[in-house]
Amino acid sequence: MREINVKEIIPVVKKLCIDANYYIGEDVLNKIKEFYEKEESTTAKEVLSIILENYELAAKEKMPSCQDTGVAVIFVELGQDVHLVGGDFYEAINEGVRQGYKDGYLRKSIVDDPIIDRVNTKDNTPALIYTDIVPGEHIKITVAPKGGGSENMSEIKMMKAADGIEGVVDFVVDRVSRSGGNPCPPIVVGVGLGGNFEQSALLAKKALLRPLNESHPEEKWAKIEKEILEKVNKLGIGPQGFGGRTTALGVSIMYKPCHIASMPVAVNIQCHAARHKSAVI
Amino acid sequence: MAQTIRLTTPFTDEDVSKLSIGDKVLISGTIYTGRDAAHKRLVELVEAGKDLPFDIKGQIIYYVGPAPAPPGKPIGSAGPTTSYRMDPYAPTLMDVGLKGMIGKGPRNQDVIDSMKKNKAVYLAAIGGAAVVVAKSIKKAKVIAYDDLGTEAIRELKVEDFPCIVANDIYGNDIYKEGLKKYKKET
Ligand code: SF4
Repeated sequence: MREINVKEIIPVVKKLCIDANYYIGEDVLNKIKEFYEKEESTTAKEVLSIILENYELAAKEKMPSCQDTGVAVIFVELGQDVHLVGGDFYEAINEGVRQGYKDGYLRKSIVDDPIIDRVNTKDNTPALIYTDIVPGEHIKITVAPKGGGSENMSEIKMMKAADGIEGVVDFVVDRVSRSGGNPCPPIVVGVGLGGNFEQSALLAKKALLRPLNESHPEEKWAKIEKEILEKVNKLGIGPQGFGGRTTALGVSIMYKPCHIASMPVAVNIQCHAARHKSAVI
Repeated sequence: MAQTIRLTTPFTDEDVSKLSIGDKVLISGTIYTGRDAAHKRLVELVEAGKDLPFDIKGQIIYYVGPAPAPPGKPIGSAGPTTSYRMDPYAPTLMDVGLKGMIGKGPRNQDVIDSMKKNKAVYLAAIGGAAVVVAKSIKKAKVIAYDDLGTEAIRELKVEDFPCIVANDIYGNDIYKEGLKKYKKET
């Protein structure tokens, strides 16, 4: 049993919010460079080089790479041998978000109720927190700020087993096609398969945390990811929707067992600002 | 053939007649910011026959909700927001002299027709390239609708603000042309 005071969590979450927004992952930069080499359109190449320059500048100037610094999506792996003391765990996480968005000069983009009042909460809380209990005595925290432009292009469909894998592939490709230039392509496509209505969406979101240089550990799924990526990049949408070969940098699938009657499919669209940072306490 | 063109605001008919979709434009001078709420107010003023808070003749509106300015900087990260939300208002503003809009993502046919009629252009800034844009902004000051916070109208002094022509005055649309050119049958 290890005792952890929740106050220790505040500065960790604060730093992760800031770092995720200032410093994009190497995997994203490398993928953009790889696609730059393959890109046929000169306009698309120009766009990709501006995007790369922007990430370099953001890190150097210590500024958020995008002004939409998102909703703070937070994944927690909580070791079952941890005993949390000193206050409310979720409130500590939200305090970290509050401090990170204030001191990091990040934009506050959360409204208190989605339809009627829509008053800005002014500190970017509440965060969206998902907790898994795991063996051990550590806490792993991942902060993944998510922008509105790409999130709005996401979708869930309750498909039938008879639709088969072809049906799933077509649905994902069609979702990307209908998104066009809106989600700031090049994008990353997160796909959640199985589970239930609600779990498929979470799987799609979690799939986006996988580094872009990795594919699915199971060969059969890695093949499907490759097939979807090829099809998506034949759509011609290209960076920012100006036309080109680079519509998506990667496709990441996660699946779970599901009911004999169901086949839920969720597609979570992520812009090139595929931001996430983790820390272990 | 795509080219790089430097332009200073306000834009003239001659300036915009040189632009074709795909061209890179580097803008210097004064531009104004505005999003949904500010647009609504501007259009209400036009409809009531009242003066706008700035002289819109030949001017450019940039669709942006910037991040807070860090100490020592005129503005925080300031990339474009999605433009289609401004589509209902844009033709009215072009009718009274607006010459350019900067944002991201495609426009509807009404806006495209109005650009042709009024000799105005739509320029796309690169979504997510918010620091590159911020670096070209040398000064920022709120000139109207302070109550709207990040959505207030700001006057920006820019130098070589980078964008790409998405709709020219000839009715061309980069989003449609790009797809036509690069779509492959599967
Ligand atoms: S979709 Fe992504 S890159 Fe585009 S504005 Fe939103 S957060 Fe920024």
